[in-house]
Amino acid sequence: MKLSVIYWHQQTRGDEILKGQQQWKLLRDIFISFFKIGPVTFGGGYAMIPLIEREVVERRGWVKSRDIADVFAISESIPGAIAVNSAVFVGYRIARVPGALAAMIGVVLPTFLIVIALCVLFMQVHDHPKVEAAFQGIRAATVALIAYAGIKIGKTAVLDKATLAAALATTAVLYFLHLNPVLIIAAGALTGIALVRIKQRLGLQVKLEHEETMKYKYKDYFIGDGI
Amino acid sequence: MVLWELFTTFLVIGFVSFGGGYAMIPVIEQQVSSHGWMTTQEFTDAIAVAGMSPGPIGTNSAIFVGYKTAGLPGAIASAAGMVVPSLIIVIAVAAFFYKIHHNHWVKAAFYGLRPIITGLIIYGAIHFAVSNGVIGTMSAHTVIALLLFAASLFALLYVRLHPFFVIVLSGLVGIAIYG
Repeated sequence: MKLSVIYWHQQTRGDEILKGQQQWKLLRDIFISFFKIGPVTFGGGYAMIPLIEREVVERRGWVKSRDIADVFAISESIPGAIAVNSAVFVGYRIARVPGALAAMIGVVLPTFLIVIALCVLFMQVHDHPKVEAAFQGIRAATVALIAYAGIKIGKTAVLDKATLAAALATTAVLYFLHLNPVLIIAAGALTGIALVRIKQRLGLQVKLEHEETMKYKYKDYFIGDGI
Repeated sequence: MVLWELFTTFLVIGFVSFGGGYAMIPVIEQQVSSHGWMTTQEFTDAIAVAGMSPGPIGTNSAIFVGYKTAGLPGAIASAAGMVVPSLIIVIAVAAFFYKIHHNHWVKAAFYGLRPIITGLIIYGAIHFAVSNGVIGTMSAHTVIALLLFAASLFALLYVRLHPFFVIVLSGLVGIAIYG
């Protein structure tokens, strides 16, 4: 992928209009743009990508079409929800830290309120026998959703024997030793670097990424579809 | 103080939330259990409700846990915890390291990170399966759960059914069988 050069500090539009009333209007616009996107997407952040693109690139012109793929690629690599990451990224790009905050609050607020509402509703009705019956079914499906996420990431993660061993070893360690997963994830990054160096020392070729992840595709990214 | 605990716990989770979507659920579950905020089965219900709401499921689950544990302030604390890492890291990257995703060592790090996260999710799936009766001593209930699990997974993998509909349909099946 050819990376277009992005001159952050020479970005003309953002720096020009950061003045007084215009700044507040811009922040308000950022907030509203991301606020609109929030409530309409079910199933997770990846579904928001086409919507974010349509709003930010086509409708508002805040980001150029050739740059938006970069925004999403970077946002996907950073921990956290891709929707939130993309929003913060675009917000920062247009209006620095205040823009990032406006975008973040805009994208989080509607779903926050909806979740609270559902939560309250759930706590009222969850003792009802029909609701309990429904959830007995839903629990099994939820296990499937988690398994599905594992399969999707597994396809981009297990590329060779080293990665297969790493995946199985992790499962075994967690199952028998109950270590804190947070520590294990932190170790994961270091493991990657270590493995690559070892392979290079041994003169083995290292395939770092699953080919498909190099092309950006939009469909079906709603559950952990590659990091 | 529980609000602070909620905030810091989800802050840490937020910093390691690689993988998106349901990939982070096992990590959140482990933290929620170890703090005694919910049982695994209660948390499974929380995920189901969170999955029925628009927005990223990791954040939604955090909000649910926070709300159930400490009301509205709790929800705000946990939501803030989940999103602050995004704020910090994205701004840092956007300001200084925008080419970072092409860096060879970053790619190497992800090369190791992805299989470990895969292993984590597999463990999570097993753990959730055991806690929710999909795996266990044989009984009518276990068999039904196992069939539902298999059907849901098939629907996700081959029918490409959206998770929202998987949840709703499994709920209807649950009512039909147990209601």
